[in-house]
Amino acid sequence: MTPKNPIINIEGLSQFYGDKQVLHDINLYVRKGEFITLLGPSGCGKTTLLRLIAGFLQPTQGRILLDGNDISDVPPYRRPLNTVFQRYALFPHLDVYDNVAFGLKLQKVPEAEIEKRVKKVLKLVSMSDYEDRDVNSLSGGQQQRVAIARALINQPRVLLLDEPLAALDLKMRKDMQIELKEMHKKLGITFIYVTHDQEEALTLSDTIVVMNEGRIQQIGTPIDIYNEPVNAFVADFIGDSNILNGKMFRDRRVAFIKHEFDCVDEGFGENVSVDVVVRPEDIYFTTDPAKCQFTAKVNSCIFKGVHYEMWVDTDTGYELMIQDYDPYPVGSEVMLYIDPDDIQVMKKERRLNSFDARVVAEGRVSFLDTEFECNTEGFAEGDAVRAEVRFDKVDLLDHEEGAALTGNIVAILYKGDHYHLTVKTEDGDHIWVDTNDIWDKGDFVGIRILPEDIKLSIVVSADE
Amino acid sequence: MKVKTFAARVYIWLLLIVLYAPIVFIAIFSFTEAKSLGNWTGFSVQLYQNLFTGSMQNSSGLLSAVQNTLLIALAASAVATVLGTLAAIGIFNMKGRRRRTLTFLNNIPMINPDIITGVSLFLLFVFLHISQGYLTVILAHITFCTPYVVLNVLPKLSQMNPNVYEAALDLGATPAQALWKVLVPALRPGMISGFILSFTMSLDDFAVTFFTRGTIGLDTLSTYIYADARKGGLTPELKPLMTILFLLVLAVLLFINIRQSKNSDKE
Repeated sequence: MTPKNPIINIEGLSQFYGDKQVLHDINLYVRKGEFITLLGPSGCGKTTLLRLIAGFLQPTQGRILLDGNDISDVPPYRRPLNTVFQRYALFPHLDVYDNVAFGLKLQKVPEAEIEKRVKKVLKLVSMSDYEDRDVNSLSGGQQQRVAIARALINQPRVLLLDEPLAALDLKMRKDMQIELKEMHKKLGITFIYVTHDQEEALTLSDTIVVMNEGRIQQIGTPIDIYNEPVNAFVADFIGDSNILNGKMFRDRRVAFIKHEFDCVDEGFGENVSVDVVVRPEDIYFTTDPAKCQFTAKVNSCIFKGVHYEMWVDTDTGYELMIQDYDPYPVGSEVMLYIDPDDIQVMKKERRLNSFDARVVAEGRVSFLDTEFECNTEGFAEGDAVRAEVRFDKVDLLDHEEGAALTGNIVAILYKGDHYHLTVKTEDGDHIWVDTNDIWDKGDFVGIRILPEDIKLSIVVSADE
Repeated sequence: MKVKTFAARVYIWLLLIVLYAPIVFIAIFSFTEAKSLGNWTGFSVQLYQNLFTGSMQNSSGLLSAVQNTLLIALAASAVATVLGTLAAIGIFNMKGRRRRTLTFLNNIPMINPDIITGVSLFLLFVFLHISQGYLTVILAHITFCTPYVVLNVLPKLSQMNPNVYEAALDLGATPAQALWKVLVPALRPGMISGFILSFTMSLDDFAVTFFTRGTIGLDTLSTYIYADARKGGLTPELKPLMTILFLLVLAVLLFINIRQSKNSDKE
């Protein structure tokens, strides 16, 4: 679905740092004049992708096209792109004027024209009276304006911005967001913007690219991304959400929190396990028993400025977050309903842990570079098999003794009645765990799997 | 309490006197004509006059030694500054173990006794059949000066915003232009202190020079004084020369200190 003339087209881009793969087969196009944001948590590869586009890194695999020409091997100083760096990276030995004029002086532009253009671009960023100032004497916000002016004066085909507002305080950040948006409109230059701040991405972008662990999760407009996240990661990362296990009975009929609801999603098949997202502002209170879909008891109620944030316990034992303009007293019984439109059904990325394994001896199987005891009946020594473990059958320990392997908790998702954890082992493999225990992100855990919980099966060909 | 403060003051003054007495002693006796040190025969600037007009015994030897010393110090510290700065940039851009190893290797020549550096360089030059003279002395001085430049430039690199070099490339500077227009100005304070340190290290080196100057009769100030003292009694004109050198070094030190405090005020 690539449009006819994308300004930037990224094809099959993969990046390795040594053995570590930080980008996996990235395919992305950027339309001319678009404000596109690479959004994701730290370490997701968004900055690496930006640095590849800028030319500070050479791609391990794949290519980057600018106006249809492969620029993968073009050094940064010959790319018609300019970057605004996270910590400004102004030249400390030059004053504001010379910082901004740096690019033009290199191009040997006549002095009179340089002066004209510097004045113009400084006016654009509202820094007209600061020409002779030492850059070290400027505030963070002013330095960032100079950095933007320095990048814009070269009239780049694309402006790359690497978390440009991350170092500013909240008020300043909000003001700069508006200014950046206006600048983008006025100049018509394509902006590629990197941030970890989902609110900033929603405010600024025409298109958001959500990334996690070196992969693109979803590309879409802010409204698409917010209303129709494609998976639990995106739903959790963008805005507040209730993410729940559900079952699609048939088209437009889904069950979760042990109730059945009408929805608008189709094409998942019948009786298929799914993830369901309901935004907290999309659960409505009602006093009409005819509208009520389920009841709940208000557990907590906190004023958040514009709205109240309430946690309720449903009649079926699930916890949900609700945001509403009106508070309901703690302890009160309330009647609730959800519009079919507001239920977002997503394909589950996985239903259980599944590993490539090998039978090493009778009663012993090896996967994740670790040997486990299990029932190997029906298999011979040396057989390649698939080992499957249910999420709730993985035990996490807070110590190493008795653990088969160790890892760190890298992600936590609350699913209404339990936590769904992503654990990264020391070798970089993932194990997913359902638990009722409370852990923190980053916790070091021992992992134990009981013999009877490992189910072996014959390896089937790749297409499931 | 008062006794304690008093004792502390006395201690400091004693220390300073012990440290500076010999220099002050020489400075005072540079203003008299007596041949042997310690005899005061009335105030005179004759020795200074002799020094600058060259009218003394062995005058040519002393003056050429001074000249050699300054030339060697200038050449060696200039080359060391360039080499050391490039090496520092290289080391800074390495990661983890390689960087630690190289920083460690850089520190060894500084703590290595001069005599070992001198003898090993001497053996190296003999092995390579390089005839010893001016060139070998300068090469030897570059060898022991470079680590000091590296040590002075490295902290400037860590203080620098890591994106500054990339920002220059991004704005259209070739790597050479980025080095010259952005890196060098940012590293300049470190390079200058590295240069000055190298200059003074080269200026007062004896052991390394002694082993690498060969047999062509090349003398720097330190080797000249050594030979002169062995011949029986120092040339009296050395006293004013020492005084002048000491004042010069003092001036350089003050210059560095004032610069440093100015820089830290700025930050």
